[in-house]
Amino acid sequence: MLAPVWAWLLVLVAAPAAALVVIALAEADSGIPPFRLALSPTGFATLVEDAYYLDAVLTALRVAVTTSACCLLVAYPMAIGIARAAPRRRVLLLVLLMLPFWTGFLLRVGAWIGLLRDEGWINRLLMAAGITDAPLPLLYSEGAMLVGMVHAYLPFAVLPLFAALLRLDPALGEAAADLGARPATIFFTVTLPVTAPDAAAGFLLVFIPAAGEFVIPELMGPPEAQLVGRVLWQEFFQNRDWPVAAALAVALLALLLVPIRLFQRLGARA
Amino acid sequence: MRRGRFTGAAMAAGFVFLWLPILLLVGYAFSADRIPFQWGGFSLRWFAALAGNERIVEAAGLSLRIAAGAATLAVLLGGAAGWALARFGRFRGRALFGMLIGAPLVLPEVVTGLSLLLVFVALEGATGWPQGRGALTVLLAHATLGAAFVAVVVQARLAETDRSLEEAAMDLGATPFTAFRTITLPLIAPALGAGWLLAFTLSLDDVVIASFVSGPAGTTLPMALFAMLRRGLTPEVNALGAVVVLGVGAMLALATLLLRPRPRGE
Repeated sequence: MLAPVWAWLLVLVAAPAAALVVIALAEADSGIPPFRLALSPTGFATLVEDAYYLDAVLTALRVAVTTSACCLLVAYPMAIGIARAAPRRRVLLLVLLMLPFWTGFLLRVGAWIGLLRDEGWINRLLMAAGITDAPLPLLYSEGAMLVGMVHAYLPFAVLPLFAALLRLDPALGEAAADLGARPATIFFTVTLPVTAPDAAAGFLLVFIPAAGEFVIPELMGPPEAQLVGRVLWQEFFQNRDWPVAAALAVALLALLLVPIRLFQRLGARA
Repeated sequence: MRRGRFTGAAMAAGFVFLWLPILLLVGYAFSADRIPFQWGGFSLRWFAALAGNERIVEAAGLSLRIAAGAATLAVLLGGAAGWALARFGRFRGRALFGMLIGAPLVLPEVVTGLSLLLVFVALEGATGWPQGRGALTVLLAHATLGAAFVAVVVQARLAETDRSLEEAAMDLGATPFTAFRTITLPLIAPALGAGWLLAFTLSLDDVVIASFVSGPAGTTLPMALFAMLRRGLTPEVNALGAVVVLGVGAMLALATLLLRPRPRGE
């Protein structure tokens, strides 16, 4: 009964994982496909010896952590506001939160390019207002890349927080307010500690895809922002070095193993 | 009352951040100007240009067919997998099964894309199938990704429904198949529908996995759009954005109308 599903999973999930390791150990070759099966450490050795690859991993981790932190910062007040809204309004706000997700990731990136480029909407606005004479180099910067990534992943951070806040007993906050606590005090002493595991889940839900992100750094980031996803892409498509690309994929997976396990633990708890 | 004013303002700012680029993208689709995001009077010329852009129109048709096929396959596979995980108890290999079905949820796209491509290449080398890469390999990859999401949705739905309903049907003499068809299937139908839509959207939105596993004859809409964005923005991107956003909005409005609970008569 489950045999077709098993067959599917073995061929299209288990075998690909195994293939990554096999090709990572192969030797690059000029044939088609461009490798020769072997048990060669060359692919992994290249990653260790050339600082370029370590840099790519570290840059990706730094960008992913920054993205996740920014997402949480924006997500908290949104989740609190949505959870507090009256039920009918809450549905509307949730639709407004999720609808951008259904409108196409690349189109949203395109919209940001239109706003941020030299002759873009924001620069024309700034120049018309006399704030600047020459267009500011907004696009192809680390800031533009972060804006794009936070925009893409924000709903992933809001949803777990929103679910946690719905479960949170409003009496807790009201009791604190009755005892004279100010809103900020309530947030830091009641809301934040109670929702911390869900904030961690939201953080990881953004962090895991962001760590391997390719499209936004490529279209909005500066050329020197060589994140691991981008480097893997170049090794594969431009350099046609399949063993190094596969070795990078294995390394990225190994790095994400701990965050993924942590996320699954947090998910099982909720 | 001070409480909530800061939260309200910060929430509003969050929604403006989320929606301003999308609204401007759609609004400027109706501008005549050659420069994107610059107002040059009302015009539909960029919609006409988009409709005349053969590469985009062809890619859109291919993407819709791939998405529909992948979503349907994903519902069959993911539905069976979610059902097994929720109802089959501790069957042999359950832990491995759960790990494999869920893996595409947490793998970075570049890893999924590269690893699937390697398997397609190896399969072709060993068996001659799939011959080359294109729409079929993209469909298989997207079905694998979609099945993971469908399995989660279906498993969650079954976990909150009472299995004694199915047991009662079988006690009354229904075969397992009849019990499944008359009890389980109607219970999980909304989850299957939601899963289908999710898998469909994921397929329509994916550029990374498709770029790895596709071939020269299989340019999907996101791949064509990615190439357009790389070359430089044109107002045709605005027009495409308007078509998608207004289309999704219209479908949402239709679904709300159809699914609105009717006032019960006598």
